[in-house]
Amino acid sequence: MHPYIPHTSEEVKSMLSDIGVSSIDELFADIPESIKLKRHLNIHDPMSEFEVYKELKSLSEKNKTAVSFLGAGCYDHIIPVAVQHIISRSEFYTSYTPYQAEISQGTLQSIFEFQSLICELTGLDVSNASLYDGHTAASEASVMALNSVKKSDTILISEYLHPFTKQVLKTYFLGLDIFVVEVKGKDGKIDIDDLKSKISENVAGLIVQTPNFLGILEDLSEISKILKENKKVLIVSANPLSLSIFKNSKEWNADIAIGDLQPFGIPQYFGGPSAGYIAAKEDYLRKMPGRIVGQTIDKEGKRGFVLTLQAREQHIKRERATSNICSNQALMALASTVYISIMGKSGLKEIAKRSISASHYFESELTKIKAGKILHDQPYFNEFTFVFNKDAKSVLSELKKQGIFGGILLEPILGEKYKNAVLIATTEKRTKEEIDQYVKIVGGIL
Amino acid sequence: MTKLLSEISKNQRVGYILPKTDIPQLSIESIYHKNILAESDRQIPELSEVDVIRHFTELSKKNFGVDLGFYPLGSCTMKYNPKINEETAKFDGFLNIHPLQDESTIQGILELQYKLLKSLSEITGMKWGTLQPFAGAHGEFVGMKLFKAYFNAKGEKRTKLLVPDSAHGTNPASAHIAGFEVVEIKSDENGLVSIDEVKKHVGSDLAGLMLTNPNTLGLFEKNIIEIAKIVHDAGGLLYYDGANFNAILGKVRPGDMNFDVVHLNLHKTFSTPHGGGGPGSGPIMVNEKLIPFLPVPDIVFENNSYMLSYNKPQSIGRVSGFYGNIAVMVRAYTYILTMGQKGLNEVSEKAVLNANYLRVKLSKLIKIAYDTICKHEFVLTGKEIKEKYGVSTLDIAKRMLDYGVHPPTIYFPLIVPEALMIEPTETESKETLDYFVSIIESIIKDINENPEILHNAPNNTPIKRLDEVKAAKEPKLKW
Repeated sequence: MHPYIPHTSEEVKSMLSDIGVSSIDELFADIPESIKLKRHLNIHDPMSEFEVYKELKSLSEKNKTAVSFLGAGCYDHIIPVAVQHIISRSEFYTSYTPYQAEISQGTLQSIFEFQSLICELTGLDVSNASLYDGHTAASEASVMALNSVKKSDTILISEYLHPFTKQVLKTYFLGLDIFVVEVKGKDGKIDIDDLKSKISENVAGLIVQTPNFLGILEDLSEISKILKENKKVLIVSANPLSLSIFKNSKEWNADIAIGDLQPFGIPQYFGGPSAGYIAAKEDYLRKMPGRIVGQTIDKEGKRGFVLTLQAREQHIKRERATSNICSNQALMALASTVYISIMGKSGLKEIAKRSISASHYFESELTKIKAGKILHDQPYFNEFTFVFNKDAKSVLSELKKQGIFGGILLEPILGEKYKNAVLIATTEKRTKEEIDQYVKIVGGIL
Repeated sequence: MTKLLSEISKNQRVGYILPKTDIPQLSIESIYHKNILAESDRQIPELSEVDVIRHFTELSKKNFGVDLGFYPLGSCTMKYNPKINEETAKFDGFLNIHPLQDESTIQGILELQYKLLKSLSEITGMKWGTLQPFAGAHGEFVGMKLFKAYFNAKGEKRTKLLVPDSAHGTNPASAHIAGFEVVEIKSDENGLVSIDEVKKHVGSDLAGLMLTNPNTLGLFEKNIIEIAKIVHDAGGLLYYDGANFNAILGKVRPGDMNFDVVHLNLHKTFSTPHGGGGPGSGPIMVNEKLIPFLPVPDIVFENNSYMLSYNKPQSIGRVSGFYGNIAVMVRAYTYILTMGQKGLNEVSEKAVLNANYLRVKLSKLIKIAYDTICKHEFVLTGKEIKEKYGVSTLDIAKRMLDYGVHPPTIYFPLIVPEALMIEPTETESKETLDYFVSIIESIIKDINENPEILHNAPNNTPIKRLDEVKAAKEPKLKW
């Protein structure tokens, strides 16, 4: 007997007899003998809950946490306890995709609210129920663009797009006749001349990230104009936290907005699960991938919600589908929805502002002690790229010894151009003492 | 009707207080040029913590989950989600680590992933794999990219991918977006892949075959060895869709059936919760010849420590931003530790026992599509009922809601008209199964005596039957 498997031996006997067989083995008689596994799986013996708890606890303790200034798309923000409380309700987490709308109104309404909030933040007309993460969202947005611009086979990407997003895109289009072409950067922003030179008939659109991978906020006014003049699709990837303070996709006149929701109430969890968002202008609705929830009424005229516009999806279109997405990161989207609700209009702004004040204070303190200088003198959000005068690797290792994860070394990710450059992120969670301590340690080894 | 967040919002309400800060606070306008600043305030609801908790708690009460009752959704393996999994997944050492931390500080999570891959290799009979795919469909896509990379490396241009007509919709979609031409293979009169059909498409352009075994009818593809040989002899590869793996745990392994690439659904077979649609996890396992093409980073164990390795020149590259849905892996690993070899073996035995028990009982009430021993699931057809009484499978499903169970998967697989696809899983007791049988008996009685009650169902749910046509015709997708 096992706690998760309730059959008593008498029940097994009576069930077998109702089926008309004499043993469980007979139920597997349709599997040819030649391929049957004739030994036990080489897996350990079952463990009790108590032992499993101890084992996993000890594994978790082999990981080290510290005061963290790591970012690059995954940040150490405060998460209100209400978020975990709600997503731990088993009515939410033990349910499946809301196929049966009448008993899934909880999931469906919360997704409708999620879509509404994403539309509000990005300023665009339609959002889906979420995607795997912000990186794969870039692939899905690219496909939307390619399907919208006739005869196109090329997606332009900014040099300062997250390098992992670039890599995911490259894999996505591997072996297809689709080209992902990089537009060069200049002083931390897209090089407009290079963009102009790369726009051609074959181009579907451009993916630009702001704040970009180096933390810099790009002014997209001219980029947007150029793309519109050439009837190309503008895809803007943004940290959703920045959208309360800075221009959103609507204000940039972009067509598709994408990003990663980790900053909104989702733990870092070694990078996942998070959730990606995707929103677009109305014209792109039928090309949107994944689940979409719509409002409707029931037989008595009461408001309710259902999965809708499913004719776009793989279970209907099969090999003619433009996306194979058949799920969403529902529970993480719910976490973000609860987070946004708890933080509210003023809270989201305040968190963004505090992150900004912290990053700017930090940069000025590091500059003050002549630890180095910011890589590009450009406006930045909650993250900045700082070039240390000293070997950055040894700076980070000294910080680590003293309980601080000091930032992300960029050279191994972006190449030699980034020698001694470190991407440093701050959130509302970092205190003045922590930043001062960081600066003091760096000062001590200059 | 639960009000929307926007409808309960009140100006100036707050749900959270941020900690004090000594950092000098700057004015936004003093740092940034107005060119990049938002032109207007975002209209985000303003709520108290009480508002938020009441709102979402009320919503949760309108949701049905495995913890509330029977959820026999075919091909979805809605088994019980053990609570220990939820606890171990919340350990601080997992929750609060950053994906780009120094390797010396993430040994625990790398060890867990490494050991999980080892276990999955043994369970599937494959050599190694990747845990990065976020979902089953994502795994299929990665698997198809592996096919591509493999043929590229061999300098072969193979375009045709065979997919049975009973396959999950994601199979043809994944193959298509990965750049293959999908050829649908008709099932034979027994619901199995026809060897002759496969033979018809064999040639130098054959890339391979995607197969679910047992298939979506719950039937084991007994000819798998012969089918595999035909595909392999033609130079193609075999892909195993692991959605139905719960049926064969410890009994037969895809590796021993000669599959080259396998995906598993940790959120099905390995008990992690479905979360209302995600996050899931769809690891890909491969045999020796596909290993060089696996995504980066790989997880390796060298000199007594675990490392993320990017040293894979033939790799298809990165498939997820970081490393996949880690929290789901923690839960699945917890489950494998809990179950052990003995427990996993019992899973498939009891899952198959439950399915056959229901099959025998229910096929007396509603016609079964293929009347033979099944594995973890089986499919009924409501065709005759519809023709005779005008009651559709949708009506039957909606009526089940009134009895407090989740209906089976309906209208799938596509090859069975008015299909009801039933997968009870091993975690359900005989009483629950008997209760389900009694529900179907009552429904059949209703069909005979008062079919109107089915057309109007459900009656006991928080909301009555919803107008899906209106939703699609006049899309209202935000408040």
